[in-house]
Amino acid sequence: MARRKRPKLAVWKFASCDGCQLSVLDLEDELLDIAGALDIAYFKEATSVEKPGPFDLSLVEGSVTTSHDAERIREVRKQSKALVTIGACATAGGIQALRNFKDVKEFVSVVYASPEYIQTLATSTAIADHVPVDFELRGCPVNKEQLLEVISAFLHGRKPNVASHSVCVECKLRGNVCVMVTGTPCLGPITHAGCGALCPSYQRGCYGCYGPMEAPNTTSLVRAFRQAGSSTVDVVRVLRTFNANAPAFRKESEAQEKGEEESQ
Amino acid sequence: MSDDKTRTIQVDYMTRVEGEGSLTIRLEGDRATEVRLAIFEPPRFFEAFLRGRSFMEAPDITSRICGICPVAYLMSACHAMEDALGVRVGGPLRTLRRLLYCGEWIESHALHVFLLHAPDFLGFPDAMSMAKKHGEWVKRGLRIKKAGNSLLSLMGGREIHPINVRVGGFYRAPTRAELETLLPELRWGHDAAVECLEWMARFDFPDLERDYEFVALRHPNEYPFCEGRLVSSRGLDIDIRDYDGHFVEEQAPYSSALRSRIRGRGAYLCGPLARFNLNFEQLFPEVQDLARRAGVAPPCRNPFRMLLVRMAEIAQVFTEAIRIIESYVPPATPFVEASVRAATGYGGTEAPRGFLYHRYALDETGTIVNANIVPPTSQNQLTIEEDLFELAPILASLPHDEATRRAEQAVRNYDPCISCATHFLTLNVERG
Ligand code: SF4
Repeated sequence: MARRKRPKLAVWKFASCDGCQLSVLDLEDELLDIAGALDIAYFKEATSVEKPGPFDLSLVEGSVTTSHDAERIREVRKQSKALVTIGACATAGGIQALRNFKDVKEFVSVVYASPEYIQTLATSTAIADHVPVDFELRGCPVNKEQLLEVISAFLHGRKPNVASHSVCVECKLRGNVCVMVTGTPCLGPITHAGCGALCPSYQRGCYGCYGPMEAPNTTSLVRAFRQAGSSTVDVVRVLRTFNANAPAFRKESEAQEKGEEESQ
Repeated sequence: MSDDKTRTIQVDYMTRVEGEGSLTIRLEGDRATEVRLAIFEPPRFFEAFLRGRSFMEAPDITSRICGICPVAYLMSACHAMEDALGVRVGGPLRTLRRLLYCGEWIESHALHVFLLHAPDFLGFPDAMSMAKKHGEWVKRGLRIKKAGNSLLSLMGGREIHPINVRVGGFYRAPTRAELETLLPELRWGHDAAVECLEWMARFDFPDLERDYEFVALRHPNEYPFCEGRLVSSRGLDIDIRDYDGHFVEEQAPYSSALRSRIRGRGAYLCGPLARFNLNFEQLFPEVQDLARRAGVAPPCRNPFRMLLVRMAEIAQVFTEAIRIIESYVPPATPFVEASVRAATGYGGTEAPRGFLYHRYALDETGTIVNANIVPPTSQNQLTIEEDLFELAPILASLPHDEATRRAEQAVRNYDPCISCATHFLTLNVERG
């Protein structure tokens, strides 16, 4: 009996920590089944096999920080029927997007003795700033069960079942006591769901590693932080971590800085 | 161009390593005239943007340097901050940190041994195809890896970038009942690791012995994780605060990673083989026996045998994790409070791949004014290149494809983490 051709999967890395693609290998119970159901055609971290495109599904980790990578992502897009970005680096520019708020030349010289050897762009940007993206999976890192859901949804031609409410909703569903009542700043009310409200379950405020939810009310949350005693520096710091360059977080952190300047 | 005398082994994009690097070896006869492990991963500038951040943020931010060994970053950063602020974390909190580190060693070593390196020894391009012939062993490896990950996610909230670690300890300490749920799988993992080591001892190990200078932490009563003096097989014995006085980092034009040397000597080796050779007597006696039976005992100078040493370390930390849980008494509070002051702090811990050094200068508000991180792969880069020089006669005797595979296998001995190696330095370039 002729076997149906297995869909081709490719996993790509741009500027990142490898954590999101590692989530694929962390699917210990499913990995061998995935390898059976899919043709893993390109996945540098996992295999020396390399097959040419086109690919049915490309998972893209990491952000664009060099002109070479800006070119490369266009090539990847051309070769991919569906392109899904995985993780905060790919969906928002990642922690390395902190350079977007500073002078990158200075950054290079802090890290390297011979800055002239280093090629880099002034910004770290999301993949969707460069090419059309079919789905964005959030998180730093992504949640591996959600990743599995996204892979199977794309292979079956359906929409991934990934909730778009806030971490705050997940936290209520878990029956946690709100950490804000003890004065701990928590980004849960404006952060995209997906982690299952991990930080509050460990008695810690959410630090926003899934990035902003759709239409977050950042202003009112920040007002609550200020009332509880956070300074401008504190507020800017919480908004500027792994999703600093996501538009909603960026806008709010810049507004806070501007407000501070004006009041001086 | 190549004739029978000269040829070039070129791997443009190394596979089964973490991150983006290339390898070039130029052979003339059976001699290598040039070896370049070039790292082209774009830099992410962690040291630069850590400036101006709070001391409390360093652990979570630096953990994003590497998704495979985030606990190492969390631990080195916490220890450095605690050193700066004069905080001591002892008793059950210290033990919990060891337990968390056990989880990372298991997960990271198992990933490397079973998914990235074993396929080289058996002639497969990856673990998925290796599973077609050696399915039981690959499944065992995945389950061992999962046991490590379960420990990480229980204690840390998740496997990759755990959220439960802070300067001074943890946000929430686990209960004894929670930890006990892990015991059956940890006991299984220990026994499986022993079997896997016995199986792998029968692999074919290429002949290469080198007189390395090994560098690792050493602690008087335990196999090292977070504490001890930094020692070497050639007499180095220093407090980690003196690291910068004994080691230098330099930049090569073809690489975005910095590489380290011992001042006045040169290349050295850190990681499992160094820990094993320098701390053999701190392994549990049954692990020492196990290693000897598998044909590894100090001085072990064959880098290919690092595969076996990693397996022995997996057995060691499974045992340690089981013992910690069996005698666990939760701490009275999940963390020790720290008050800020202007100071410089030093932290160095044993990441799965070797010594990971952090240094931070803080101002009186606890804001970072200066940060410096040296990961193990930067330290091993020169040694990897030197190994390939030594391997030249073997490479020259092999057909091209096989020589290329053998060279890649030799690089993978070190489980290089290129994501870690990019973007670091010790040299502080001040621009006027
Ligand atoms: S999003 Fe976070 S976990 Fe994923 S690659 Fe980027 S830094 Fe790593």
